[in-house]
Amino acid sequence: MDALSVVKSSYIKELLGKGEREDSRGMFDFRKIDIKTGIIGQAEGSAQVDLGNTRVLAGVKMVPEEPHSDTPNEGNIIVSAELLPLAAVEYETGPPSPEAIELSRVVDRGIRAAGSVDLASLFIEEGKVWSVYVDVYVLNYDGNLFDACTMAAMAALTDTHMPKYSDGAADYKSRDADLPIKNIVTSTTFGKIGNSIVLDTTANEENAMDARLTIQTDGEVIRAMQKGLKGSFSTSEIDKLIDVSFDKHKDVLSHFKKHKK
Amino acid sequence: MGSSLNKPELLKNGKRLDGRDFAELRPLKIDAGILKNAAGSAYLEWGNNKVLAAVYGPKEAMPRHMADPTKAIIKCRYSMAPFSSIEGHGRSGPNRRAIEISKVTKEVFENVVMLEEFPGNEIDVFIEILQSDGGTRAAGITAASVALANAGVKMRDLVYAVSAGRIGEHVVLDVNMIEDNYSDADMPMAISPRNSNVLLLQMDGGFSKQQFKEAIKMVIDAGKEISGIQRAALENVYKNKKEDD
Repeated sequence: MDALSVVKSSYIKELLGKGEREDSRGMFDFRKIDIKTGIIGQAEGSAQVDLGNTRVLAGVKMVPEEPHSDTPNEGNIIVSAELLPLAAVEYETGPPSPEAIELSRVVDRGIRAAGSVDLASLFIEEGKVWSVYVDVYVLNYDGNLFDACTMAAMAALTDTHMPKYSDGAADYKSRDADLPIKNIVTSTTFGKIGNSIVLDTTANEENAMDARLTIQTDGEVIRAMQKGLKGSFSTSEIDKLIDVSFDKHKDVLSHFKKHKK
Repeated sequence: MGSSLNKPELLKNGKRLDGRDFAELRPLKIDAGILKNAAGSAYLEWGNNKVLAAVYGPKEAMPRHMADPTKAIIKCRYSMAPFSSIEGHGRSGPNRRAIEISKVTKEVFENVVMLEEFPGNEIDVFIEILQSDGGTRAAGITAASVALANAGVKMRDLVYAVSAGRIGEHVVLDVNMIEDNYSDADMPMAISPRNSNVLLLQMDGGFSKQQFKEAIKMVIDAGKEISGIQRAALENVYKNKKEDD
């Protein structure tokens, strides 16, 4: 850790000791959430999410492919997230880091486990189904990529219009039908810094963070969880954060409704 | 989670397919100190899982720019042998799944190893899954914990890991491969038994709040049995040594 990181880290801890955060938010407050859809016209669906100064962009492409042999009547959904080298000074070109792979897999897992996209509706004909590729690009990093990327992927899916399938190929010029969405999964990620737990960490807070817990829910049940970093959580802390996560689900949903016509 | 298509019945007469009760572990066996070159090692059989864990170091951290002058770093590699699964031939080398598991496993041991005792050093933890039957990351952590203790690395606690899942309305402990493929939830956890703190938690599928509480209780209650087997494996190393003398 360089000197500046050490100074920033002790500043964040000092503030939390007084029950404060660097941007004066409450412990379980999200930063301002802004969701815009229809950003990339060429894509079947797209969304840009600004979560404070964190900015991510998600695009959806649908491709007719052969189904997996064990699910011949269902399509596929593949969500991945990428940390672009232009998103932060510490990001570098080259193969994805373990951190990037974890992010990508956690975002995919929540949406997959929730069954947000009705895979049966992606069946085209015997031996042909739609594969839905959701690629999330991190454009500017200021913490909490897990929640920002999940929001962007979900928003892009709700914005997706399915191409027509004719003469054995996708007709990308005719995209009328909405992609059927069964539920919207939301993600809440908590950072534990010393003995304090906060929601929606900034980059400075993540620099001081000991442990991280992501909880993804569709509002009915918990769909996926991921604990990260070397710190620990007690079981009672986790129980409490699950309650917060269900409460926040409703707040985040309201942002989805706002942008929908 | 597997497809609903061709989903087998996972429960028969209130028992699981392998005859277990909901909160029953598969048979678990651990041998410590079985590799000569490693500083510490363990071989574990858990149901049909066969896992080898080995620890090298503490030794000078390489490359040098990775070294931390205030504490040791841990390097961890979880890897599945190409012949370990019932189906097909796995690719050699770590895939994206293995890289994620290696990362969260490393973070478990960063919590309990007294890293500040070995500044500038690295401790290598290698986990090789020789045969897989569900719950391999938990089996790997449980084995690696014994290997670290066998290496004499100072630790705050002997960590164990096990997974909980859900079959229909029932929360179950220690899910095997077929249950993992078709169950309604899977949640591997690693626990520090001295304070029951959660060091690893991953989950997917669906748990109500109540089911989650039940699952976490099952995982913590299973700690006594798993920890006992880990400790017995370590004691056996020294018992056998005396007999050799």
